[in-house]
Amino acid sequence: MTGAAGTGAVGTASAGIPPAGTGPMLEVRDLHVQIASRRGLVRAVDGVSFEVVKGDALGIVGESGSGKSMTLRAILGVLPPEARITSGQVILDGQDLVPLRQSDLNRIRGPRISMIFQEPMSALNPVMRVGSQIAEGPLIHLGIGRAKAAERALELMRRVGIPDPERRYRAYPHEFSGGMRQRVMIAIALACEPEIILCDEPTTALDVTIQDQILRLLATLCRETGVSLVFVTHDLPVVAQVCQQVAVMYGGRLVESGPVREVLHDPRHPYTLGLVRSAPDFDNVRESLVPIPGSPPSLISPPEGCRFHPRCKFAEEDCLVTEPPLRLLPGGRATACLHHERCIEAIEAERAAQ
Amino acid sequence: MGRMSFVGRRLLQLVPVAVGVTIVVFFMIHLIPGDPALTILGIHATPQSIHELRQEWGLNRPLISQYWFFLDRLAHGNLGKSLIYGTPAATLIMQRLPPTLWLIVYAAVIAILISVPLAMIAATKKDGIRDQLVRAVPLLGLGMPTFWVGFLLLTLFGVTLRWFPVGGYGTGFFGHLHAMFLPALTVAIALAPVVIRSLRASMLSVLGADYITTARSKGVPGMRLFVRHVLRNAVIPAITVLGINIGFLIGGTVIIENVFSIPGIGELMINSIFQRDFPVVQGVTLVFAIMVVLVNLLADMTYASLDPRVSFDR
Ligand SMILES: Nc1ncnc2c1ncn2[C@@H]1O[C@H](COP(=O)(O)OP(=O)(O)OP(=O)(O)O)[C@@H](O)[C@H]1O
Ligand SMILES: [Mg+2]
Repeated sequence: MTGAAGTGAVGTASAGIPPAGTGPMLEVRDLHVQIASRRGLVRAVDGVSFEVVKGDALGIVGESGSGKSMTLRAILGVLPPEARITSGQVILDGQDLVPLRQSDLNRIRGPRISMIFQEPMSALNPVMRVGSQIAEGPLIHLGIGRAKAAERALELMRRVGIPDPERRYRAYPHEFSGGMRQRVMIAIALACEPEIILCDEPTTALDVTIQDQILRLLATLCRETGVSLVFVTHDLPVVAQVCQQVAVMYGGRLVESGPVREVLHDPRHPYTLGLVRSAPDFDNVRESLVPIPGSPPSLISPPEGCRFHPRCKFAEEDCLVTEPPLRLLPGGRATACLHHERCIEAIEAERAAQ
Repeated sequence: MGRMSFVGRRLLQLVPVAVGVTIVVFFMIHLIPGDPALTILGIHATPQSIHELRQEWGLNRPLISQYWFFLDRLAHGNLGKSLIYGTPAATLIMQRLPPTLWLIVYAAVIAILISVPLAMIAATKKDGIRDQLVRAVPLLGLGMPTFWVGFLLLTLFGVTLRWFPVGGYGTGFFGHLHAMFLPALTVAIALAPVVIRSLRASMLSVLGADYITTARSKGVPGMRLFVRHVLRNAVIPAITVLGINIGFLIGGTVIIENVFSIPGIGELMINSIFQRDFPVVQGVTLVFAIMVVLVNLLADMTYASLDPRVSFDR
């Protein structure tokens, strides 16, 4: 029973996640990204820290506009021109990527870290053959010739389940369906065998059945290649299906993190609790969907204190003034709520009432 | 379906355009006062001799029937004979066509060579000083009359510095390349501002496109990113703009050819107008119209072959 494990208090959760012997594959420390916009400086990412263990999948969830995409793009160094990293570190295998020049990053992007985007429609170059787009990375990074790179692209196309790759190699993206395009994106991301792949809502733009195929494909590839994933999504069941760890973002900050099962079944932040309750198809203690009241905070002038306090039913005086730090909890969990015990009480009260 | 029927259909569209052009030109030119018979006969003209010459040329008949006669000949591929030289107008035009084609192609090439790097500089540092400069300076080229730019270049590089000949067409490929540089540059200066504008705009939108982020995220280095991903997409909308503006400039070559004494059809046109050599003027105008249509057809075909999403069977 899910409830029993969840209510088993904070301490018992630690058994599930053995800390990996080696250091983390990717570590993000206190990352800040600001975007210059006409209405002012947008603090799109405002002090985000997390780490991804080798071979693990970390889910990042949060409402639209909470800074998930900007976080991923900052990690990869592909921010839009109006955005920049103002402080923080992105440590990939012990090396900080933030101070690197684009030319140095170009040697890392592809063979060591790559990304899959939300919109397979617009993420592929419309005037370049699909096969060439897959072969481009190997051609640049693996020091192999055109013919070998093409061969590799064909093999990748086969691997991600694109039928008839010899013929499809010469096709253009508009001749592909959404699901097939996303397979192409996955092939591109895998092409140089990176250690970690950042996925920005890779299934949001697809039909439900196709979504499922793509998720399965990603999960299989991860198992086979041992690649780590950072997986951004709105979709909590997907996180539960794909990821071991989860980080919850709100208004450019991380509000809660920890092992997926514990965080989603037994949240320690009122925002996570709200997310879980507003998620359809998510098997948890609740009678009906309860949307979180109010709207996301402005990232130009965020609320004082806890950014969630205007929408939080547990908010107290101190929430209005103190900006809560992300505090560690037992079991590899962390929360940025000053009154996280209130969540436990609320969940227990509900379970008792059932 | 397919490329050939696309071209065929577009060439068919030439027919109404050509007929329209002949109507306008035919009647306009007869509105201009002056008489070719008088030009030929000069001071020896008597009313009797003028009348005879006009009779011979068919100029005494009503305009409508003259036009019909002209069209009828045209339908048989005959532009008529030059009133002044007595040679077929088509021959005259064919002799003078190569310098004009050279000028147009050369100008287009220079305009592209100017526009691509400047647009790139502007687009990659949007709103920076370089961008402001690239956006402002070419407007001078647009604001100054073409013949004046031509005179300036001619005076500076032809007369004062003597780098280039002050006129003529030159001989041989490199001779043409050298002799035609200043006139081609003059035309390119008029052409480049519009091309830069449109390229800059399309580059900006391409630079913000998701597939550029994808390319960056697979570690495509700068130059390759620019050529294979940015430029390849950004030129597509700019090609139509280039085509339309080359179309406009085809008329403009008339002036440039006169400034630089290039023996092209533009110069032929001016001389023929002064001499009221009706068949030649009509012939040249028709050729200009056909060239405009062909340039646009060429632009559309280039567009369609660069963009795999466009098919020829629209
Ligand atoms: N070009 C931009 N100019 C100004 N603000 C921007 C720009 N791009 C993003 N933002 C802002 O930055 C914040 C973070 O955006 P981001 O795209 O990271 O959100 P997200 O969590 O990925 O949302 P979604 O789920 O909708 O993809 C948002 O509030 C957004 O309004
Ligand atoms: Mg996003």
